[in-house]
Amino acid sequence: MIAKKKIGLTPYLVLIGLIIMALVWLFPLYIAFINSFKPEDEFTKNGVLAFPHHWDFSKFGKFWGEVNFSRKLFNSMQVSILVSLIAVTLSFLTAYAIGIGKVKGRNWILGFFMVAFTIPQEALIYPLYSVSKMFNLYDSLWSIIIIFGVMSTGFGTYLLSSVMSTFPDELLEAARVDGASPWRILRSIVLPLLRPTLFVLATMFFIFTWNEFLIPLVMLPSNDHQTVTLSMAITTGQYTSDPTARAAAALIGFMPSVIFFLIFQRTLMRGITLGAVK
Amino acid sequence: MTSKLNETKQFYWYAIPGVTAFLALVGGSFFYNIYLSFNDWQGIGTPTWIGLTNYKELVHDHTFWLSFLHAVEFIFAMSIIPTALGLLIASLIYDFIAKHFGNAVSTFLRISLYVPQIIALPVVGILWAWMLSPNVGVINTILKNIGLDRFALNWLGQGGTAMFSLSVMMIWIQIGYTIVIFISGMSRLDPYLDEAAQLDGATWFQRFRIITIPQLYPEISVVGLTTTVAALKVFGPVYVMTNGGPGDATQVPAFFSYFHFFSTLRVGYGAAIATVLALILTVLAISLLRLQRKVELSR
Repeated sequence: MIAKKKIGLTPYLVLIGLIIMALVWLFPLYIAFINSFKPEDEFTKNGVLAFPHHWDFSKFGKFWGEVNFSRKLFNSMQVSILVSLIAVTLSFLTAYAIGIGKVKGRNWILGFFMVAFTIPQEALIYPLYSVSKMFNLYDSLWSIIIIFGVMSTGFGTYLLSSVMSTFPDELLEAARVDGASPWRILRSIVLPLLRPTLFVLATMFFIFTWNEFLIPLVMLPSNDHQTVTLSMAITTGQYTSDPTARAAAALIGFMPSVIFFLIFQRTLMRGITLGAVK
Repeated sequence: MTSKLNETKQFYWYAIPGVTAFLALVGGSFFYNIYLSFNDWQGIGTPTWIGLTNYKELVHDHTFWLSFLHAVEFIFAMSIIPTALGLLIASLIYDFIAKHFGNAVSTFLRISLYVPQIIALPVVGILWAWMLSPNVGVINTILKNIGLDRFALNWLGQGGTAMFSLSVMMIWIQIGYTIVIFISGMSRLDPYLDEAAQLDGATWFQRFRIITIPQLYPEISVVGLTTTVAALKVFGPVYVMTNGGPGDATQVPAFFSYFHFFSTLRVGYGAAIATVLALILTVLAISLLRLQRKVELSR
């Protein structure tokens, strides 16, 4: 029998310290939450810190209706889903050529994608803006679907080819000996085995696209085409006079992200750490 | 042998859609932007070639240099401080919390600290602008409640505190990312070294400094690179919170180029700023990757 090790005082101090820190970190969300349900007269009387006595749900609905939030949600969903599909497909195919096919010049292709990852969107935005006008894609959701679908391919290819390059050789060799074509190998070996990773990648693209700001800001001027993130950033300025309405606006703005995160928490964490391991 | 060669060639087809689309969209735009930076253009009509004039003007543009100074300040707030704090906190969670209090507590801590990461930056900006507002904002309310009335400032409205306020927000945002990466890195380390050192009577901080940190170099360099790149690209929070102001107090390169593209309509000048930024980012990324390889080889 090994005696149970004494814990001592230090771990408890660490625990208390970290819990206080976590509460400080969550505090902005809490304060936005209680104020978005606080009636305006309570806010004036009791201030921003007080817990609401009566719960007022009207600001929520008012803001929702005024910015036509359902429309924005639908736009964002549409854009993010299509971008994930396009980007995962393109990245998967390119990474297949690099990681499994080991085509010549693969390091050049990867290096090019890596460098492109550092290019700021500002160095692309004006050309994208003027070309999209030429193709009549300006102020259309398709403009940003195409742009993000293709732009995300850089990161996706980089990530997937490093995953694919660790693929067991014996499996591929056996398939080749049996005379399987590249397409056949892709469909019956690589795709089924990589499905979980592709799902992780799709989730990441979905959230990245959801949070994009600069390119939607430039490309989608009309109200009906705006995404959630974009409309939050440009409409809340109108609510400066009413602090509780502003809290409600911020809450509505980050609610979808929090919900996605809670649903996909595990998947997302896997993705983030996958990206960090070379 | 020949069949294998043919096979390798067949694989090229799979790379064509992705590479072509990426080259056309990203490569094409990038070079078109460089071309624009040598021109004088209002966005309509034909651009006029003016050679290096835009760049010569940039060198003397006080705001341009100031914007890069602010970018360097953001490297502190978004990369250096979060990396250092993230290492410390990740290690505390890993060594003390997970070990003595179980996974549930450590997951709660990780998720709470990670939450700011999942919210879109402009939305975070709105939330903080609201918290920082001078009269009814929660931060000043707290300061007044604890008797620190003199520190209840107009945080975003004054040149002296605007950058500081944005930096504090950035630390709040970034720390979750570094913690998550470092904790996952720690789980790949061999506990043997740490246990041996513990038996030899090394304190926690000694083990943290001498054993944990050196083994986490790969993660540290990835985090350092991605957060530095992000710091130089800051746009959304500045757009929604300060518009680069007051004056130029929070001007950053990305916002400065956007401003010239779409407000002053000096497209060529905006393009020159964006080109310089892109160049700096690329050089920085390549040298950080080089450095990382050097460190890896030397060990």
